[in-house]
Parts: sequence; C-alpha cells; structure tokens
Amino acid sequence: MKLVDSERGLGRVLLAPAVLYIVALVGGPFLLAIGYSFSNVTVSSGGGSFVGLVNFRRALADPSFVRALGNTVLFAFASQALVVVLASILSIALQKDFRGKWLVRLLILLPWVAPISLGTIGWLWIFDPVYSVLNWTLRSIGLLGPRDWPVWLGEAHLAILSIIGVQVWRTLPLATVIQLGGLSSIPQELHDAAEVDGAGFFRHLFQITLPLVLPVMLVALLFGFVFAFTDMIVIYVLTRGGPYDSTQVLASLAFFKGIDGGDLSGGAAVALFLLPVLATGAVLILRLARRAEVT
Amino acid sequence: MASGLRRTGRRVVHAAVVTAFTAFAAFPFAWMVITTFKQTKDLLDPDHNPFVYHAPPTLQHLHVLFFETLFLRWVGNTLLVGAAVVAITLVLALPAGYSLARLSGAAGERFGIAIFLTYLVPSTLLFIPLSRVVTVLGLHDSLWSLVIVYPSFTVPFCTWLMMGFFKVIPKDIEEAAMIDGLSRFGAFVRVILPMSVAGVLTTVIFTLTLVIQEFIYGLTFITTSTSLTLSVGVPTFLVRGDVYFWGSLMGACFIASVPIAFLYNLFVDRFIAGFTVGAVKG
Repeated sequence: MKLVDSERGLGRVLLAPAVLYIVALVGGPFLLAIGYSFSNVTVSSGGGSFVGLVNFRRALADPSFVRALGNTVLFAFASQALVVVLASILSIALQKDFRGKWLVRLLILLPWVAPISLGTIGWLWIFDPVYSVLNWTLRSIGLLGPRDWPVWLGEAHLAILSIIGVQVWRTLPLATVIQLGGLSSIPQELHDAAEVDGAGFFRHLFQITLPLVLPVMLVALLFGFVFAFTDMIVIYVLTRGGPYDSTQVLASLAFFKGIDGGDLSGGAAVALFLLPVLATGAVLILRLARRAEVT
Repeated sequence: MASGLRRTGRRVVHAAVVTAFTAFAAFPFAWMVITTFKQTKDLLDPDHNPFVYHAPPTLQHLHVLFFETLFLRWVGNTLLVGAAVVAITLVLALPAGYSLARLSGAAGERFGIAIFLTYLVPSTLLFIPLSRVVTVLGLHDSLWSLVIVYPSFTVPFCTWLMMGFFKVIPKDIEEAAMIDGLSRFGAFVRVILPMSVAGVLTTVIFTLTLVIQEFIYGLTFITTSTSLTLSVGVPTFLVRGDVYFWGSLMGACFIASVPIAFLYNLFVDRFIAGFTVGAVKG
C-alpha cells in the first residue's frame, strides 16, 4: 500500500515539469489569445481594455476576412479530398515489394520532411512568371500556345490552384505512410480468402482493403486537414495572400494584421476562428482512438 | 497466356504509378539541384531548355551562398537552438513518458493522449500572444526566445513517443533491479534509460527536425538577419529587394532539407506509429 502511494508520488513528480511547461507555453498563450480578441491591445499600447465583441464584428465586416475564411475552408477541403484519393492509390502501390523501394519511399517522404518554407521556395521558382519550367514544359509538349503566358501566382484562379497543389504535395507523404501502416496490419488470411473466392482486383479493393483501412485513413485525413487548415507558410512564401487577397487564409491574415500591422487584438480575433475546426478535429481523433482501443 | 499478359500489364501500371508519384514528390528537389549549378545567364534565358546545361556547370552560386551571405551563420543558429531544445526536451519528456507508462495507472493512457493533442494546437493560434510575451521578457530578436518556446511543441510529441517506448520494456526488469536494492527512480535512471537508447535517439532526431522545420515563431520573434534560423533566413533574406538569386537560393534549400530527410527516414516508422494513436494495432 505504502509502496503504491510513493510510486504515485514519484509519478507525479516526474510528470509535473513537462505538464507545467506545456500549461505555461500552450495553455497560457491560448487564454491570452482569447483575452486579446476581446480587448483593444496593440503592439505599442500597454495592457489594453475590454471591448467586447468589437474585434469579431470588425472582422466579419471586413471583406478580406470573409475571403480568408472561405479560402481556408476551400484549400483544406480541396487538398485533403485529393490527398485521400492519391494516398490510397500510392499506399497500395507501395505495399508491393519491388527493387529500389527504400529509395522511392525516401523520395516520396521528402516534401513532408524538408522544411516547408524551403520546399515551397522550390515551387516559387517552378511557378516563376518568366522562367517557369512548368510553362516551358507545357509549351514544348504543345499544351500551351506561344501566346499563352500563364502567371501561376499572379492570377487569382491560378494562384488558388497552385496553392492547393502545393498543399497536396506536402501532406500526401504523411497520409501515405499512415495508410501504409494500416494496410500492413490487415491479416494476410483475409487477402488469401478473397483470392481463393476469386475476387477481382477492384472487388478486392473496395470490399476488403478499403473498408478495413478506413479508420486509419480517417486519422490521416484529420491530421492532414488540421495541418492544411492552420498553415500559413505556403501562402506566405508563394503569394503573401495576393493577388488582392485572393489567396489570403485566416492564419496569414492574422499574421499580417497582428504582427506586421501591430493590431494584436484584431489578429488574435482572426486566428480564433480556427478554433472550432481544431476542437472538432481533436474530438474526432479522440473518438477514433477510443474505438480502436475497444475493438 | 492471357493471365501472363495481364500480369505484365499490371506490372507496367504499377511501375507507371510509382514513377509518377515519385516524380511529383521529388521534382522540386531535383529542380533545386539542377538550378544550383547553372550559370545565371543560362538560367535567365527563356529560350533555353531548362533541363539542359547550355553553359558549363558552375560552383559560383554555392560560393556566393557560403561566403557572401549569412547562410553559415543561420546554420549555426539553427544547430545552437536545436541542441538547446533537444536538451530541454529530453529533461522534460523522458521522465514524463516514463511516468505515464508506469507510474500513473490507468489514467496514464488518457493523460498521454491529452498531452499529445496539445501538439495539434497550432503556432498560428499562439504566435500573437507569444510575441507579446517574448517582447515583455526582453527576448525579442534573441535566439533564447526560440529555445524557450520550441519545447512547447517538441515536449508533447516526444512525451508521447517515449511513453510508447517505455511501455514495451518488460516490467520484470525494473522489479529485478528494485529487488537488488535500487529505488524506482534509480532503476529508471540506471537500468531503463540505458535500455532505451533507440527511443532517446528517435526523440533527438524528431526534436531536431521539428526545430529545423519551424517557421512561424522564427518569423515572428526574430527581425535581425544575423539572429535568424535557416527556415526563416533563406526565404526572407536571400532575396535582396526584388532580386532573386535563384542559384544560391536553390542551393540553400537543397542543402538545408536533404540531410535531415535521410536522418528522418531511419526513424519514420516510429513517428507514424505515434501519429496513429493506437488506431493501428501492433
């Protein structure tokens, strides 16, 4: 009895520093962010005072905020819809053993592992208005005429497409490896049984493989969604939200308002709109984890 | 005959799919390498086939990068912050992971998930209040601001990772050590930690990669060019005015991203196991 008590005590002592650190540097700023969004604090002012919902009302009345909110949702949904399909194809292709698989895996992981800001500069150069390798290639295979001169990051609809493309590029590796893990945990007997029953490739895929890998796929999807939803690096490097706010997202708008513009409370209010989606994501991940525990 | 044909067809489709995806993932990096060694007049001629060297390759861009920019300074800053954050992360996450795995009873698992979920609170939600805190503490423009703030996302993830590592060590080992007269804490430090070298190494690598990847706090807290880290310095300060030095820029991106990719690749399976939070069994 006494031994158990002292073990519990030691457990708390060992756990406390980490918990205190996280509370101080995640919990504290989190509460501050909420506090700021109800106040009028700026970089130059002192404490600021309570102003109620003014910041939120101002944000909602601002056309660039509405645009940013829409873009945030659009970029996250469009990129993750593509990622789910592409990661399923890729992970099934990678399940088979073949020569040089380790190298393929390494190369496919690169976009996820490399610092996002640096990988994205690679794309900035690929999308260059004058020396774009993409345009050169499209022109030389005849998809672009000599008069066509798409400016990938300078025209609103092309910029939106480019950003979705880069988000797919950088979250695809994570989803793929997570799904690979799910695929390899399917017992071989199930595959053998399907083979014996004469199920064709697609029947096997849609009736055995995909349903079994679904929970893992959802986990991958949730993480990818949260990362794409809260990201501002891709936008900061590629377009800074332009042209004319057409690619602005909540996170980048919060940065330009709060840090570049010095309007801390306005920026905090914008960033706070990320919260409902994040909270939903966290709850869903918890549920999935619990369901996996029970089964 | 027909089935042989079908098998060949399948193999061709498989190879095509794998090649297409690999090309998509790796192309920007291949492009960085090609650009790094090209002479500027060759790069900036829209009529040139960009995949071919029209003039002999050059080391000029790398020379500029290493000797005329702050690149090496940024590498140093990044490693300095990395080392400090690794130290803090190990001191906090190793005991916490052990406590959750062994000393916290059934609540340990729940608590572990809660800690892991704080990793999902994005820097984009916290950077505004933290920038104020950093200024008030007088740490604006100082690498210390990063050293203090970065553990807020490395500790949750590494605690979770280490919990997984400690759980698979058989309990008998500590019990035997404790019968031999060690205290529980002594058994942890002298017996369990030496057995967990692989876990500790994984934690070190992930902490380093997370530090090297971080962008938003670096961009927010640091404004002087000499105090920047790689991930912020390269995209903001290697562009002078409106002039992009593409050769040096691409060289910097490639050098800073590929070595960690190799390191990371050795540990990626553990990392993914951490992400799936038990949704994958075994």
